[in-house]
Amino acid sequence: MTLAVDIRHRLGSFALDTRFETGSGLIALFGRSGAGKTSIINIIAGLIRPEQGSVTVDGTVLVDTKSGVFVAKHRRRVGYVFQEGRLFPHLTVRQNLLYGRWFARKTKGLGDDLDRVVDMLGIAGLLDRRPARLSGGEKQRVAIGRALLADPRLLLMDEPLASLDDERKAEILPYIERLRDQSKIPVVYVSHSVAEVARLATAVVVLSEGKVAAVGPTSEIMQRLDLFPLTGRAEAGAVIEATVERHDDRFGLTELKSRAGAWRLPRLEAPVGTRLRLRVRARDVMLSKSAPEDLSALNILPGVVAETGPPEGSIIQIRVDCNGETLLARVTRYSAERLGLVEGAQVYALVKSVALDRRSLSGPIPAGGVPDSEASDL
Amino acid sequence: MEWLSLSPEEWTAVHLSLKVALVATVVALPFGIAVAMLLGRGRFWGHSLLNGLVLLPLILPPVVTGYILLILFGRRGPIGSFLADYFGIVFSFRWTGAALACGIMGFPLMVRAIRLSIEAVDARLEEAAGTLGASRAWVFLTVTLPLILPGIIAGMILCFAKAMGEFGATITFVSNIPGETQTLPSAIYTFTQVPGGDLGAFRLTLVSVAIAMLALFASEVMARYANRRLDIE
Repeated sequence: MTLAVDIRHRLGSFALDTRFETGSGLIALFGRSGAGKTSIINIIAGLIRPEQGSVTVDGTVLVDTKSGVFVAKHRRRVGYVFQEGRLFPHLTVRQNLLYGRWFARKTKGLGDDLDRVVDMLGIAGLLDRRPARLSGGEKQRVAIGRALLADPRLLLMDEPLASLDDERKAEILPYIERLRDQSKIPVVYVSHSVAEVARLATAVVVLSEGKVAAVGPTSEIMQRLDLFPLTGRAEAGAVIEATVERHDDRFGLTELKSRAGAWRLPRLEAPVGTRLRLRVRARDVMLSKSAPEDLSALNILPGVVAETGPPEGSIIQIRVDCNGETLLARVTRYSAERLGLVEGAQVYALVKSVALDRRSLSGPIPAGGVPDSEASDL
Repeated sequence: MEWLSLSPEEWTAVHLSLKVALVATVVALPFGIAVAMLLGRGRFWGHSLLNGLVLLPLILPPVVTGYILLILFGRRGPIGSFLADYFGIVFSFRWTGAALACGIMGFPLMVRAIRLSIEAVDARLEEAAGTLGASRAWVFLTVTLPLILPGIIAGMILCFAKAMGEFGATITFVSNIPGETQTLPSAIYTFTQVPGGDLGAFRLTLVSVAIAMLALFASEVMARYANRRLDIE
């Protein structure tokens, strides 16, 4: 699948001037609120007609102002999961789910597809209820199922978790991961949450004030020092891919293996061999010039300083290469100078186990790793 | 209890009134929905003009409305003669004319009720239906229409009630012909004009009250049913 977006559009004083191309998997459109994320997917869905430009999915032109093509929204086969669900209040969950299917005129294998989607989203018990009787998390799962059953060629999700509390978010995230891994439908996922993007995205498009600031695979984007002002300094961090090595029952710890080295963290409920993503926030990483001893931090990873970011007041971001895996650290300029943290310096990165961001710990990653080779950097 | 039973003439008036009000309501409904959609959703030149035109019968003296109908829809009126010549539809001094007058008088009430419910519909739901593959016509039929059902019911009841009670425009336009254009209010009026008509007027008044109560009750039941289907929180 390829999605090519090249649009210029004005909304009041806000100007959208965006050009990117992405491959399959889950593409995150990432940026602060007001960066133009929702406008872009509204243009992809056909809810907004762009002033200029084109949108193409797999060679099918959805809109092209130059040749005057504008496919109406109901003919685009682009599924849309809205922030607020937008379930039809006068229909039951089952009728909501089947709404788009009827228009897709694809009745073959309907029972199977319904079963599969209902099963994947865990909504079997809700089928005969009406939306008003559902919780926020249930509504969003039904909305995802409804979009999927309309047989879309592309699924758009506009901050589907934004209106939910942390508990409900945690309830839905695994379903979105399953969707990414089990269905072949590519997803464009709008979010301003680093944790969500780190956990879910195959590739990321970073937006800033209507323009594309960067495009690339998630792990690569997450470690780009120059993007921190856009992603939010406090949230900056690296994404590490790791495998569950063993569980330590005595201390309730789980050991993970990654290219950077071994990680120990509070026990995870995942079988040995499970592949996960670990997001390590820059503010939780300390650097040391010598191998520390007698220290309570369990995760000590040797590495080499690969890059130092521009100073931000008294703080500086440092990118450390740990055997090909990247870690970010946020230290004071004072420490950086005192320890001589310049490019090429040998260091040890220290991470407290309890500091690891459990919210962004992802479930299993699809076999074959992260297919982002098609994502191009424009 | 002999005095309570209706005479054949009175039955005719009741029967005619129900027929006139029902036909007026049913025929007005599609126009009412269309105009309510136009006024509730449309942004066009002449919006206020259309709105004013629809509301006019509510504000004008009914006799004036009846007289305008007489001019326009009478046998020699521009619309009346056209309809008579090409479609064979005659309004003047027929029950169809009474239905037209009642429909016109009930129309503003119907449009208002439906328009309010249209404006309350979340347009984002219609957008969602569009992304699921529904064309505009299907969105209207499967999302908008079910959601405005309570408003439609309310509008129909209001229009029906207004039609049952319409007097001024009807009597001006189609006169007061027993068996043809003499509806309940006209019949009651006639009774009050003749000596010894009190009992007849009283009987028809009771019938009027009963019909009004039934209509209210029916609207209550239907609204409750529609609301339960919508599961409004």
